[in-house]
Amino acid sequence: MTGQELLASLSKLFGAKLQNKTEFRGETTYTILPSDLREVAKFCRDELSFDYLIDITSIDNFGEEPRFEIVYELYSMTLTVHLRLKLRVSEEEGAVDTVSDIWPTANWHEREIYDMMGIKFNDHPDLRRILMWDGYPFFPLRKEFPLEGLPSEMPDVAFTKAAPLEGGPFVTQPSTATAKDREPRAHPPEL
Amino acid sequence: MPEILPAAYDSKIEGNVIFTRFDAALNWVRKNSLWPMPMGLACCAIELMATAASRFDIARFGAEVMRFSPRQCDVMIVAGTVTYKMALAVKRIYEQMPEPKWVIAMGACASTGGMYRSYAVLQGIDQLLPVDVYISGCPPRPEALLAGLMKLQEKISGERSFRKQKPELFEKLEDALS
Repeated sequence: MTGQELLASLSKLFGAKLQNKTEFRGETTYTILPSDLREVAKFCRDELSFDYLIDITSIDNFGEEPRFEIVYELYSMTLTVHLRLKLRVSEEEGAVDTVSDIWPTANWHEREIYDMMGIKFNDHPDLRRILMWDGYPFFPLRKEFPLEGLPSEMPDVAFTKAAPLEGGPFVTQPSTATAKDREPRAHPPEL
Repeated sequence: MPEILPAAYDSKIEGNVIFTRFDAALNWVRKNSLWPMPMGLACCAIELMATAASRFDIARFGAEVMRFSPRQCDVMIVAGTVTYKMALAVKRIYEQMPEPKWVIAMGACASTGGMYRSYAVLQGIDQLLPVDVYISGCPPRPEALLAGLMKLQEKISGERSFRKQKPELFEKLEDALS
């Protein structure tokens, strides 16, 4: 079975559930409903030989509804075919079914999405933060979260402060001032 | 009856006796055997390892004994990006080091946060620890770290160590002498 036949069999079986198909430079992307995720994922792994989940990532389309988008990058080792699955999650819903029992690698990917974007995964075996510490009150990759961060405090665990940005992540305006004066961190507001 | 000569002019022991200030001797001992705490947190740690290896050889300055227990260390070399998640751990390790102790902030990240002006990175380890020497660079070359170490040695040799370490004894001695 070639890659094209394989994708054809996918669309035959899940015709109604695959909402939108796009092709770009030989990469196929399907949009699915969150409720169909586990069914489609199982079929992809067992019947279509997508044995490798390269990555799961999430996108914050702030201002749109549904707000979040989750992207699954699948790869078939035997047929060397890529497949991308996308689904949209609203902020109120805020949760998707886990695929960590289908592809074990999803465990940490889903933890990262939970950590950075705050999307929960139903039936995940160990849904803790993976980069920030447990108890950190924000989800840093959400659009409304400022780049410089927000102050927080967890005694004996960690604290955060807002970083000085001076109007941009990197201030590179030409000036005759010395680096000591131009550098916003050389004169922090208060320690 | 033989004449008693002052020690410095006794030809038998001359050359074996040195007169110096106690502080100078103490500082000389300290600065030439600084045992570093390698607080390697990012790519600067690679340069730190290169400094310790044969080509640059930090042993020439008596600082080759990298100890992974803070209780045996004199100088903490903070080499790399200090994230907020790591920050209090770094502080705790510093607090476990015995006095006297010094801190070298190696590289842009440890000194100021470097290119990471973000929610996750402490903007300079000097917000938590008293830093003695800052080394610029991203990462600094081993020569720069050695220059920083020499700067620290200079600083140590100017310290009034005895007064700092035993203030009561020092005052008693001063009273007794005056």
